[in-house]
Amino acid sequence: MELTLSLGIGLLVGSGVWLIQRPRTYQVVIGLALLSYAVNLFIFSMGRLTNRLAPVIDTSVEVDPSAFVDPVPQALVLTAIVIGFATTALFLVVLLAARGLTGTDHVDGREPER
Amino acid sequence: MTEANLLLLLILLPFMGSALAAMLPGNARNAEAWLSGGLTIVAFAVTASLFPSIADGGVVRRQVEWLPEFGLNFTLRMDGFAWMFSMLITGIGFLVVLYARYYMSPKDPVPRFFSFFLAFMGAMQGMVISGNLIVMAIFWELTSIFSFLLIGYWHHNAAARDGARMALTITGVGGLCLLVGIIIIGHIVGSYELDDVLASGNLIRDHDLYTPALLLILMGALTKSAQFPFHFWLPNAMAAPTPVSAYLHSATMVKAGVFLLARLWPVLSGTDEWFFLVGLAGMSTLLIGAFFAIFQQDLKGLLAYSTISHLGLITTLLSLGSPLAAVAAIFHMMNHATFKASLFMAAGIIDHEAGTRDMRKLSGLITFMPITATLAMVASAAMAGVPLLNGFLSKEMFFAETLEQHHGSMLDGLTPYAATIAGAFAVTYSVRFIHTVFFGPKPVDLPREPHEPPHWMRVPIEVLVLVCLIVGIVPGITVGPYLHAAVVAVLGDRTPTYSLSVWHGFNMPLVMSLLAFVGGIFLYLALRRYLATCEDGTPFLRNLKGQRIFERILVTISWRWARWMESAFGTRRLQPQLRLVVFLALVAGAWPVVRAGYVPETPSLAGIDPVFAAIWVVGGICALGAAYKAKYHRLAALVLMGGAGIVTCITFVWFSAPDLALTQLLVEIVTTVLILLGLRWLPKRIEQVDNATTSIGRMRRHRDFGLAVACGAGMAFVSYVMMTTPWPESISEYFLLNAYPEGGGTNVVNVILVDFRGFDTFGEIVVLGIVALTVFALLRRFRPAAESIGVPEQQRIQDAYDDDRSDREVGETVRDYLTIPSVIMQWMFPVTILLAAYLFLRGHDLPGGGFAAGIAMAIGFLLQYLAGGTRWVEDRLRILPVRWIGFGLLMAAFTGIGSWLFGFPFLTSYFQYTEIPFIGKVPTATALLFDLGVFSLVVGATVLILIAIAHQSIRSHRARAIEATKAEEPEEEFV
Repeated sequence: MELTLSLGIGLLVGSGVWLIQRPRTYQVVIGLALLSYAVNLFIFSMGRLTNRLAPVIDTSVEVDPSAFVDPVPQALVLTAIVIGFATTALFLVVLLAARGLTGTDHVDGREPER
Repeated sequence: MTEANLLLLLILLPFMGSALAAMLPGNARNAEAWLSGGLTIVAFAVTASLFPSIADGGVVRRQVEWLPEFGLNFTLRMDGFAWMFSMLITGIGFLVVLYARYYMSPKDPVPRFFSFFLAFMGAMQGMVISGNLIVMAIFWELTSIFSFLLIGYWHHNAAARDGARMALTITGVGGLCLLVGIIIIGHIVGSYELDDVLASGNLIRDHDLYTPALLLILMGALTKSAQFPFHFWLPNAMAAPTPVSAYLHSATMVKAGVFLLARLWPVLSGTDEWFFLVGLAGMSTLLIGAFFAIFQQDLKGLLAYSTISHLGLITTLLSLGSPLAAVAAIFHMMNHATFKASLFMAAGIIDHEAGTRDMRKLSGLITFMPITATLAMVASAAMAGVPLLNGFLSKEMFFAETLEQHHGSMLDGLTPYAATIAGAFAVTYSVRFIHTVFFGPKPVDLPREPHEPPHWMRVPIEVLVLVCLIVGIVPGITVGPYLHAAVVAVLGDRTPTYSLSVWHGFNMPLVMSLLAFVGGIFLYLALRRYLATCEDGTPFLRNLKGQRIFERILVTISWRWARWMESAFGTRRLQPQLRLVVFLALVAGAWPVVRAGYVPETPSLAGIDPVFAAIWVVGGICALGAAYKAKYHRLAALVLMGGAGIVTCITFVWFSAPDLALTQLLVEIVTTVLILLGLRWLPKRIEQVDNATTSIGRMRRHRDFGLAVACGAGMAFVSYVMMTTPWPESISEYFLLNAYPEGGGTNVVNVILVDFRGFDTFGEIVVLGIVALTVFALLRRFRPAAESIGVPEQQRIQDAYDDDRSDREVGETVRDYLTIPSVIMQWMFPVTILLAAYLFLRGHDLPGGGFAAGIAMAIGFLLQYLAGGTRWVEDRLRILPVRWIGFGLLMAAFTGIGSWLFGFPFLTSYFQYTEIPFIGKVPTATALLFDLGVFSLVVGATVLILIAIAHQSIRSHRARAIEATKAEEPEEEFV
């Protein structure tokens, strides 16, 4: 399972890194979104992978910390997901505005000379 | 203890006054003056009342813990020396307020003036009574900042801006040096407390770091006190309003430097380094300042250079290292403050009533303003050092001290001559000031008809001149005890016996004084004709200006070098920058692994769950596909990206993170809708046209591909290694154990977010709110590109279909588009709200919470937009997302602040379970209120972003309408 997920993270990072080096703004937006998936998964996996141990405690029995997955990375990632949405939105709007102002969707705001 | 608290009051009063003054209306000149004057006189009275406690070497202290873990305390400490300065700051401060009331024009923005003025006073006050060197450095920098604001008060004037900037640059750099010097001292002594530092003189002087510390501290003190070679900022600061000059350059700002030198005198002085550095700076300043002052044509310029020279005198005295010289220095600080403040005010009156400060134009004013003239004459006599005035006393002491042999070096031998020459120059410029301005023929073509100023504008000068006289005639019984308190505070056991009497017999200092008088008057007579007409500035040296050198340096550093660096290393293109960032990150990540020679175990294929692996095969294909398709097939790329998102979401479910899965799923929906809305405005890209197939292009792609593969492989490696390493001890156990007993919730992730780490969450929602507002602001000015304005292809096809059929009207198909889903979406609205409420309420105990509920609610609104269109929704529903954002932030903040009322730190939560009819037991923690804030903000931010983009379609309708009318107009002409 660890191998599967780490390969998955690797693929997401590879695709993301490829995309953010592309010249078109839309590619960069998609690239950043893929990178944010990868980073969220990476941080999340710091708590190690376990099934069916969600950090929701049962009040009727005494809490045994080893019976739950680490909640801290989850708390970190939860806000990161929402912030990730916000930055994607911001970047999308910046690219729309740049497109409106410069007339091109090249990341530098002008088409390269050939 | 009351006395100690009075010290706090001394600092708080001016700062509070500053805040109040800033809020008064712009034309409230009288209210401002009453407020400032009242506060200042109270501060003066408070200071005066402290005298008995400090009279005989006593010290009043007030300590507030600041950063106790670093041994830093906010210590206030008043001894005789600080008291003397406090008296000057508040006393002269009050007189300046009174003067400024009449000086400032009703057209000037007075609230700003008094606000800055009081803040400056507070900073200065804090500087002199701080008992901790770090605190002192902070107040020191505050004085630099507020003096910048005061000097640049008339910011429409280029000279004021330049002068202010120069003063700030020089004193600010000095302040930073001072801070470093203080840190070294703290390192040597082991404490920043002034008491400890003053007690460790020998330790500091014998330490290896003494010289660097001394150099750095001198940088601070000499820049502040405008000592050569840093003197040139002071004349440029004369662009300030005259009350500011009178205050900053007599009693406060520039005195801070010599104050510091005197304060640390017992610790730092007495070494050869001290004598040469301080002595050389002081003596050259003394001479240069006095010489330059003679040749100024601007009244304030003359006074500025004379101030520089007098500060040089004080510095020279402090350099000598003998206790008697220190007494003279302290005495002269006091005397200079009184006569220079009054002279600046007199110059301001002349400027105010005659309309110019140019000495070539001014003449014979004594007939127009006899009282002011008399006062100015007495004050400049004090400046020249005429007997029976206070300036004479300290100048005699100075002459006497220069005659003493302290070190037996060349510099020492020259001192008496330098002192006499500087004394002669002082006489020359003082005589020139009086003779040119007040005597001679009546002035011609002055901008205004000169006359006496309003009575109360003159009162401050009268008071100061009276002080000069009284101190000059009967020093022993007037100023004696106060000076003694200051001297004892600085010198302690080394306090010498000194005499303040006016007549010391016919001795060498008196001869030097006489020589200076005669020489000075002769020099004036010799130069008189030349001065009456000459250009402003010193002969031969006019072009050698410190100011110009300073500007050259600034231009070189901040423009030439910066340009060179930019052209050598910079690029405005994004791709190389990103490539570099990614590459450096890769190297930084790989470096430790390679260096440590880490060899991982061979991963085993055992234990791979086939279902999970299959899911990730899909995920991987989605990621690669999105990367492949993003250029030409945007929609496909978006769908594939969503696929990768869903796989991420499933992964969260798989590995026990229901909260994350829920949030990810909801965010996935809004992200997709968001990008879908944006797609409309991007230019078309046709595959055949711009496929770069040049060899350079191909090479670039290979390089990027290599980088991407390396990064991907590296991240996969790091993740694998990390996931297979055993779980170390972490803080998680604490959260798991205490979530219920302390946070009152069973969903630990949510408890962490809204309770344990509530402050982080607060920061995050603030970021979210800011992003949403930024999006809104950016799109407000957005104009779609011309080629995107047209009706989308799909709608054109549908309209064409209507056109062909005789039974259909054009637009009918577009209107009926997705009718059934629309109805369902509209019906879903209440259900979505209910779902959001459900997610919100269960959040503390089960997966859900403010973030998830907020996005769910936002999706509810979003569906209405999708179903009915922007106009339809906005005719029926006013959403006001900005209010939601504001409410959310305030809710979260007030919940946090609420805990203060009960004496707990920010965001401490309280909880209990309450029974609500029909719903059951609901946890009502204050954390729930905080979560409500999160919820409201997330709704507002998400909806605001999406609506802002959706509104662009309405814009394009409008744009089309405008295009259409433009196209029609020429036709109308034909009709």
